[in-house]
Amino acid sequence: MSAEQKIDNVLSIRDLSVHYSTNRGELNALRHVNLDVPKGSIVGVVGESGCGKSTLISSIIRLLAENAIVPNGSINFEGSNLLTISEDEMRAIRGQRMSIVFQDPMSTLNPVISIGRQMIDIQYRDKKTKQQKRQRSIEMLASVGIPDPESRLDQYPHEFSGGMQQRISIAMALQAQPSLLIADEPTTALDATLEVQIIHLLKDLQRDMGCSILFISHHLGVIAELCDYVVVMYAGEVVEQGTARDVFHLPAHPYTEKLLKCDPASIAEKSRSLPTIPGEIPDLTSLPSGCVFKNRCDKAMPKCDSVVPEWRESAQGHFVSCHWAKP
Amino acid sequence: MMDALHRISRDPLGLLGLILVVLIIASALLAGLIAPYDPIKLNIIDRLQGPSVDHLLGTDQLGRDLFSRVLYGGQVALKVAFISIAAALGIGVFLGMLAGFGPKWLDNIIMLFFDTIRSFPTVMFALATVALVGPSLGTVIAVIIVTSIPTYGRVVRTQTLTIKSNEFVMAERAMGVSTTRILRVHILPNVIGPLIILASMDIPTVIALEAGLSFLGMGVKPPTPSWGSILNDGYTLIRNTPWPIIAGSIPLVLITLGFTFLGESLRDLIDPKLRKNV
Amino acid sequence: MGLYFLKRVALSILIVMLAVTLLFCMIHMVPGDPARILLGPRATPELIASLSAQMGLDQSLPIQIVKFFGNILRGDLGMDVITNRPVAATVFGQLPYTLWLIFTAIIFAMLIGIPLGCYSALHRNTLIDRITGVISVACITAPSFVVALYSLLIFAVTLHWFPAVGAGDKGDFWDQVSHLVLPAFAIGLSWVGYLSRLVRASMLEVMSENHIRTARAYGLSENTVVYRYALKLAVLPTVTVIGVGMGFLLSAALFTEIVFARPGIGKLIFDSITTRNYPVVMGSVLVSTILFVVSTTLSDLINAWLDPRIRASL
Repeated sequence: MSAEQKIDNVLSIRDLSVHYSTNRGELNALRHVNLDVPKGSIVGVVGESGCGKSTLISSIIRLLAENAIVPNGSINFEGSNLLTISEDEMRAIRGQRMSIVFQDPMSTLNPVISIGRQMIDIQYRDKKTKQQKRQRSIEMLASVGIPDPESRLDQYPHEFSGGMQQRISIAMALQAQPSLLIADEPTTALDATLEVQIIHLLKDLQRDMGCSILFISHHLGVIAELCDYVVVMYAGEVVEQGTARDVFHLPAHPYTEKLLKCDPASIAEKSRSLPTIPGEIPDLTSLPSGCVFKNRCDKAMPKCDSVVPEWRESAQGHFVSCHWAKP
Repeated sequence: MMDALHRISRDPLGLLGLILVVLIIASALLAGLIAPYDPIKLNIIDRLQGPSVDHLLGTDQLGRDLFSRVLYGGQVALKVAFISIAAALGIGVFLGMLAGFGPKWLDNIIMLFFDTIRSFPTVMFALATVALVGPSLGTVIAVIIVTSIPTYGRVVRTQTLTIKSNEFVMAERAMGVSTTRILRVHILPNVIGPLIILASMDIPTVIALEAGLSFLGMGVKPPTPSWGSILNDGYTLIRNTPWPIIAGSIPLVLITLGFTFLGESLRDLIDPKLRKNV
Repeated sequence: MGLYFLKRVALSILIVMLAVTLLFCMIHMVPGDPARILLGPRATPELIASLSAQMGLDQSLPIQIVKFFGNILRGDLGMDVITNRPVAATVFGQLPYTLWLIFTAIIFAMLIGIPLGCYSALHRNTLIDRITGVISVACITAPSFVVALYSLLIFAVTLHWFPAVGAGDKGDFWDQVSHLVLPAFAIGLSWVGYLSRLVRASMLEVMSENHIRTARAYGLSENTVVYRYALKLAVLPTVTVIGVGMGFLLSAALFTEIVFARPGIGKLIFDSITTRNYPVVMGSVLVSTILFVVSTTLSDLINAWLDPRIRASL
């Protein structure tokens, strides 16, 4: 996915920075982020908690916290810059051309409004009869594998299990057949069996509907299983991106390398302790000079201390920001 | 303490509350020194006057100086508030700890007792008592004590239950530390903060209740001045002069506002958890 | 749900019984002949004798209490010493006035307080929010009888906008309404402040919940999000608060009825104390206590029924 739009991108983020003004000073949550979601593909975003994944999503659907500032960058979605369009235009996109499935299914749905009511409410833009909308909701529930959708439509969220609620959220998100689905750690709150089910469901639905998915997770196995492309984030920056195959097999950034080593699924020999990456994410209110990862990197050299590594293509379609990466 | 004062002084409303409270308490305590007239001395010639240099808030139907009556009325209000809240606090803390630390059946009985007391609308309960034993300041104080106990008792009970199940308390109990010591060392210090806040927010209610009962003639006996009885005079004279109503209500409104602002400020200071989304 | 319902109602019945017993004990704790005290100095010797017999003063205390309960269950609250009518008839004749007054006051408070709270929550920390906050606190703390006195002084005595005393002509609807305005305002004002603070706090809490973010992420308009999705959750606490506040409402109604010389149960209690008509005092206190317990119970049940989460967990 070359930066110069050779492939048709649904979503294309360029040089995006987001700051939060806090009483400790300005918190640099995102810095100069570049990211592309090609049409019909699944792009995975990985990173530890606090790396800016949530801020990234919030800025894409433009529901940032009140104290957020966007000093620079652009978010191009199907031909419009989401950072400059009006609130009404943005609202027309949300839930229609771009949908989102949130992390904790148990708190995503309104507890005092029935599932059916919520699913019908979000179709307010369609000029259909109430009966047709209801029918559409029933079809969607059936397609995400809710048994007996007709009668369950009148139930309230708490009457469903967590896995079921996540299926309902997916049904709601895909109801309008959006061209981009953002999935924010949709399986983190679920147990392993359910996780696999949801992943398969997403993959099947994506194939049937042909939408693109931006899939956020800290679970490498899921990303490897599901995604075509991978974006690795660290401390508010994108440090590496490429095809899933390239990134998993030939990680170009030391952080990605360590991340892969820490994945319990990739550990070959038995050991009493899980490997971790020593050190902590730098304080985002007062960033160090040079590379953000240098304090945790084994390969750090004097240059890393002073010069910010530039974003470059280390191999065909494989981008990285590290001084060690081959040109 | 000084630190607390310093921090309250940075919250404008809290500071305002503190000033009002100090001002009114001081004026009540020093009533004997600052009051220009004897609050119960009749002066029929100067009756029903509006405010003037001689009578800052005017005079009532018997020519008594309203400003002096307001100052002395503060004594009644504060006496009732402090005596009844202190007593209710003491009994409430005792019963609450007993309920929290005692056996389950005792807890149930005490809670049922609290619920029963709270099932009476306060003023109705007060009037029923007054009807039976006759109006007096003592009756008012007794009623306020009885009706305030459940509020404090419940807070102490909840807190006691929480701390009781803490590991360090369990460990101490296992080592044979006496219950009274656990209550004194671990539980009392933990309930003091919330109780002070509750009490300071309760003072306005209690003062208003005393004034209300005196307004109905069920509190202090004439000619003792109370803000409530001044308001009662004002009610009788409403078609003649607005001044007794104004005189009686100003300190009442100021002190309730003062204690409320102070209480809210204290709450934010001592226990930010109690604060809801501000 | 069924079990919870039964438990809650059983607890309330128990509390009412205990309250009745407490009142009974209070009558007996006062030194002297309970019948004489209960009937007051106005009672004739015949009445005292008949009440003594009715109360079974010669029998043991537990039997007396049981009899007392029996009488209450049969709707017999004793005899009005002055009119010689049953107390129940007197009390229930006055009760509707108080209920209407309280109802109007609460509707007034909700109509102003809830939108005010919403506005404050949605414009948090603006100047208007802060001003509303201070005014609300001032409203909450203002004693209802002071508000009543001022509204009487300003709007009735000075400006003559509304009538000062009574409840209006029985047949004349508008006359009754105009007599209701000031008393309802006096009771409702503190509730305006209270509800606005409450709704503001719960609205802020609800607006920060995840499902609100979801509703926005699906492109629902801000009006739908606020007034359909958030408000429904944010007003739930008000139901409980109004139910529990019935005690304060009854107390406030008492003062207001006296200030505006308006018929009602509060005025009845006050007048009966002045005339030493004690059976009526006790009957009225009993009825208002039952009313209070019933409304607390109802609000709990309504709350459980309104919130499907609680409904399910029961």
